[in-house]
Amino acid sequence: MASPVYSVRQWLDERFPLEDIRALALKKKVPVHRYSYWYFLGGMTLFLFGVQVLTGALLLLYYRPGADEAFESVQFIMTQVQFGWLIRSVHAWSANLLIFMAFAHLFSVLFLRSYRKPRELTWVSGILLLFLMLGFGFSGYLLPWNTLSYFATKVGTEIPAQIPIVGRPLLLFLRGGEDITGSTLTRMFGLHVAILPAVATLLIGVHLALIQWFGMSVPPGLQAEWQALPPEKRDIRFFPNFVLRELMAWYVALGLLGALAALFPWGLGVKADPFASAPAGIKPEWYFLAMFQTLKLIPAKVLRMDGEMLGILAFGMIGAVALLLPFLDREKPFNTRRWITGLVCVFLGYMLVMTVYGWVAK
Amino acid sequence: MAFAQTKDSCLDCHANLPNLLGVSATYSQNIHAQKGLTCAACHGGDANSDDPEKAMSRAAGWKGKIERKQIPELCASCHADAERMKKYNPSLRVDQFQQYKTSVHGMKWAKGDSKVAVCTDCHGAHDLLAPSDPRSRVHPSNIATTCSHCHADADYMKPYGIKTDQFANYEQSVHHDAMVVRGDLSAPTCTTCHGNHGATPPGVANVTAVCANCHVFQAQLFATSPHKDAFATMGLPGCVTCHSNHAIKHPTDEMTGMGPNAVCTNCHTQGDPGATQAEAMYNQLTELATAIAASDELLGKAERQGMEVSQAKLQTAQARDALLKARVTVHAFRDSELKRKTDAGLAVTRQTYAAGEKAMEEWRFRRVGLGLSVVAIALVLVGLGLYIRQLEQR
Repeated sequence: MASPVYSVRQWLDERFPLEDIRALALKKKVPVHRYSYWYFLGGMTLFLFGVQVLTGALLLLYYRPGADEAFESVQFIMTQVQFGWLIRSVHAWSANLLIFMAFAHLFSVLFLRSYRKPRELTWVSGILLLFLMLGFGFSGYLLPWNTLSYFATKVGTEIPAQIPIVGRPLLLFLRGGEDITGSTLTRMFGLHVAILPAVATLLIGVHLALIQWFGMSVPPGLQAEWQALPPEKRDIRFFPNFVLRELMAWYVALGLLGALAALFPWGLGVKADPFASAPAGIKPEWYFLAMFQTLKLIPAKVLRMDGEMLGILAFGMIGAVALLLPFLDREKPFNTRRWITGLVCVFLGYMLVMTVYGWVAK
Repeated sequence: MAFAQTKDSCLDCHANLPNLLGVSATYSQNIHAQKGLTCAACHGGDANSDDPEKAMSRAAGWKGKIERKQIPELCASCHADAERMKKYNPSLRVDQFQQYKTSVHGMKWAKGDSKVAVCTDCHGAHDLLAPSDPRSRVHPSNIATTCSHCHADADYMKPYGIKTDQFANYEQSVHHDAMVVRGDLSAPTCTTCHGNHGATPPGVANVTAVCANCHVFQAQLFATSPHKDAFATMGLPGCVTCHSNHAIKHPTDEMTGMGPNAVCTNCHTQGDPGATQAEAMYNQLTELATAIAASDELLGKAERQGMEVSQAKLQTAQARDALLKARVTVHAFRDSELKRKTDAGLAVTRQTYAAGEKAMEEWRFRRVGLGLSVVAIALVLVGLGLYIRQLEQR
């Protein structure tokens, strides 16, 4: 008698082209070289996104969006719900690790030049996903409705308000009015659990499909080395060899998340009081610190222009350049590739220095 | 007498004389100058005339330097005139001179003592500022210093035979701490208890009434206590018997009971019924204070470990309230009444302590859970590693 697994497989085989999919998976290869560990970062980011979806869905069972209920519901999750503390702490830690991992993935792709032809759209979808992740971080930060999140959102929504023409309508759209109120909270909640996840799911689908279509990129320098050397086996099978290794990385990430949640549970703070004064030295989350610190350091007026507006425009320009980077990368006539690497190094160094400066500055 | 004149020839000349005669650069900040009064308002004469002979003519009422003994009546000539004062400040009282005459200062002044305080000693003359001005000598934060100019001067006070340690004692007190350190202008200073214009030392019978102006509940409880009649019989002046007068320290629980810092030992001896009550009260207060401290420590420890205990911490405020009420209830000097208050607080601390213990238990559970998870994950990783090696060796 056939085993139940075999029976189910046979049942599916009769209806869907599972054998073709299996053959495709077995055929797919992943290059092996001295930089191949960078390939794991994308998968790690995907894993952390999955953790966010799962823990976020569980938090939704108890979270109530509303100025009078949000803080109390998170407090309830942290103290009364079985393993609620774990779910919320994992969600918060995973959000931070996800953004860190997304940045690490971005810079690895930059330095390995994986964005070059034909993978331009993979890069564009990745950059858009990074922006979305930052949007997740910003919108999710307000949801516990504590003092820190309240004032951080107040400061955060004032920044885009500096943009000429669209700034003020954007502020009103984000806040749902002039001030941070319950309306802002419900907007952020809607963004966080409906709009951003829908767009992110679509973009992740496109990003993954493009990766599958083009396969893993081999750095140009290595490709040249390989051409000069005798042929040898320089890849492993995607399934199961690479997938099992990726699974190990996911387990490590899971262990790290569990340890962070157990040893450093995410704090709840004090319920937001719109009539209280902002806490001294209020700062945004670490991933916005470099931008925040830069805007703080820019003089009020630069060449008769509003300094803050100039800073925001500069960051907007950087975002636009990042998005269009593959289309600027040319070996001839200006050897932009070398320029790009140099500028990326300077930008990365600047972001690190400003993040640390913002962290220690009072 | 001249009012609200714009020209002041006195200032025009005296500002250029080597001896300014009190007309300093800050004279313009004087409350009288700001209200438009000229020098002639007090010194007489004609401030409209640039001719010194006319301006300082005795015929025009010029008085020159005002003698100390004339000052209270001179000030009262305006400040006791309700109609006149309405023009400047309708809410200003006009009974200062009447009160002054009832004060120790005023009574001695009436007998011709020129050393006692007159209006300008406290308020200033040419530097007279509104009492609400923080620079004023009679601003609440400066009153004690102003009084101390005379009352802390042993030589000056010698003829009156009164102590001069009041200011030094006040500086050590909880009232001074509230006024100067915490900047609470409603905190008591000399005039709060002694009065200002009618300043007099409160008599034995009045002490409790004076303190009761602020410490209402304590006074009500004291009035129902067995100490009220006992103190009256013994001629003891109420509150200050235990708390002292100028050097009122922050009260502690150790003031009750029969310990070395207890004030009860001043009258009671070990074994008498009062001493037994005192010890019971001390034990009840310290039991609740200790329970709150233990709960705070445990909740603080749990919080430092990242546990969410804000609700329990909020609840501890109820125990603190109960302790505060109990400390007030001490003034009824009945341990049964005190016990009701401390029992209410102890019931709360039992709950908050249990919440702290539960949080710590949860914290330990998380550690164990983490350890087991790490072991499980490590085993899976080892298994996966071995499987990959086996797979790639085939």
